[in-house]
Amino acid sequence: MVTLAGVTKQYNGHPALVDISLTVADGEFLSLLGPSGCGKTTLLRLIGGFERCTKGSVLIDGRDTDGVPPERRAVNTVFQNYALFPHMTVFDNVAFGLRMANRPRDEIAAAVNGALDLVQLHGMAARRPAELSGGQQQRVAIARAIVNKPRVLLLDEPLSALDHRLRKQMQKELKQLQRTLGITFILVTHDQDEAFAMSDRVVVMQQGRIEQIGSPREIYEEPVNLYVARFVGDINVLAGVIREKIGPNLYTALVEGVTVQLRSDRPLSLAQPVYILLRPEDFRLAVEDAATPARELPGTIRHAGLKGTVRRIFYHGATYDVEVSLENGTRIQVTEFFDEDSDTLSCTPGDRVTLGWHEGWEVVLPHEE
Amino acid sequence: MKNNTLFRRLLIGATWAWMALLALVPYLMLVGASFFERGTDTLVRPGLTLSNYLHLLSPTVFTMAADSVALAAVAALLCLLVGYPFAAILAHAPARIQPLLLLLVMIPFWTNSLIRTYALVMLLKADGVVNSLLLHAGLIAEPLRLMYTPVAVFIGLVYTLLPFMILPLYAALKTVDPQLLEAGRDLGAGRVRNFLHITVPLTMPGIIAGTMLVFLPALGMFYIADILGGARTMLVGNYIRDQFLVFRDIPTGSAASVTMTVAMGLLLVLHHLARRRSGKEMLP
Repeated sequence: MVTLAGVTKQYNGHPALVDISLTVADGEFLSLLGPSGCGKTTLLRLIGGFERCTKGSVLIDGRDTDGVPPERRAVNTVFQNYALFPHMTVFDNVAFGLRMANRPRDEIAAAVNGALDLVQLHGMAARRPAELSGGQQQRVAIARAIVNKPRVLLLDEPLSALDHRLRKQMQKELKQLQRTLGITFILVTHDQDEAFAMSDRVVVMQQGRIEQIGSPREIYEEPVNLYVARFVGDINVLAGVIREKIGPNLYTALVEGVTVQLRSDRPLSLAQPVYILLRPEDFRLAVEDAATPARELPGTIRHAGLKGTVRRIFYHGATYDVEVSLENGTRIQVTEFFDEDSDTLSCTPGDRVTLGWHEGWEVVLPHEE
Repeated sequence: MKNNTLFRRLLIGATWAWMALLALVPYLMLVGASFFERGTDTLVRPGLTLSNYLHLLSPTVFTMAADSVALAAVAALLCLLVGYPFAAILAHAPARIQPLLLLLVMIPFWTNSLIRTYALVMLLKADGVVNSLLLHAGLIAEPLRLMYTPVAVFIGLVYTLLPFMILPLYAALKTVDPQLLEAGRDLGAGRVRNFLHITVPLTMPGIIAGTMLVFLPALGMFYIADILGGARTMLVGNYIRDQFLVFRDIPTGSAASVTMTVAMGLLLVLHHLARRRSGKEMLP
């Protein structure tokens, strides 16, 4: 549907995008995720036709779009601040694209009302944008874009101006809308939850480059580098050195002073320094109290046993975070779920604990050059 | 803080006093004189009469008023046509050089407009700069007749009043969110339709303000028509000046003056009402 081939964009010699290649499938919901200034909006503007590539090409429906102005592209954009025309009613805003295409009057009326129904704004057609709430303005912006039946809808941080609850609701509605319409959606966001909740695939970007492309689950569970791992969600990064290869994809390593077993698809050599990445919810912890000093971790996580002391506990409702400092000083964040049977916390600050994780849940990354 | 308010009061008080003494009081005298009768020895004779105003209800005065309105309207239209592209270039120029360009727009204000009108004579007369240049360039065989034509009057009016058009247009254009134009193009409007459907409606307050700021002074700018047009057509401004300085008919001059002020005031009130209405609709 949309293909970017070796796209490079420079502003006054400063690279904003470097050699981006990406194919977006028909009907896909793709997110461009990254911090501000990573080039994600520039990428969107290149597809929309508001910028031209310095090098490379943007293909829409297999056709090179170089030199094709925005008004002649089968894409529409939902702008970050909606960019609704303040001097027009909601109806006129939504009808704008169809009028520019010189569609017959009754067809326009039917299409506009249909689009307003779709975003649940019937009855608002005569209002001005200034008379609408932020969420309603957002819906007008979406209706104004989809009424033209674009092949691709570009969304530039469309929900960033909404409050948390409304944002969650709009995420669901957008996803629903995309399924109903079958249009390819390309969403720019810096919010990982938003990208994960809606997208089929996520493109993680940094400094004008693509770090990783994958399903939300792949991005979260198999980050390809430390940057991606740290950008999406909380993560603990442990330092380790490979000791021995004990089987296919199975190694022993010294991690934070403890010998553990590691699983990795990557070829690792002996004495190689590595990072071991673990999400807070990957850990399990067991308290070593005076009565049962040798209370053991369950079998599946017995291959690793980091010793430490509970420092602080943060309550989050369904879960609680435990901050543990290991004997060598490294701090680790562990997320525990409340036990089904009891509503008490399993540990208190000052407790000595043993930490382990399910075998194979760790991500092992060699040091990057 | 207390000093500040005292200082402020002094400043504002001085301004008010100045305005009252030199604008309001003379104007009230003018209003009073418009109801007086013309005296033989003295300039005016106290009394209460509407004859000065009835005097104005003559075909000649109507023709003159219509001519003035037409002239001012054409001048305003020309200023709009010249000023809009200029203001657009100004508003879209790099932020660094905008103050410089604005300064260039304002510099002419530093010289009295009467003097600048005489300077225009030097440019436009038969052996003036424009004709000399065109002759030397071989574009014309004999000098163009520019002076004492309507063309010269419009050149003078546009030259003098253009900044009053450019500044409000510039201010209006600066407030148009560039993203709205991108949205327009995204929705299929080319540059021309974008301009007509988005830029023009959004800058309408500036267009109206600029038109008023050019139209109203143009009604009264008698000296430009005099100097560059050779006083062939009588305009409201010339008429009022002549009543005072030539015929010494102060009551009639005052009545004409007051009538014109009231007419302008009405226009301003209309403008204000229109702006308030559109302002309500155009809140962000």
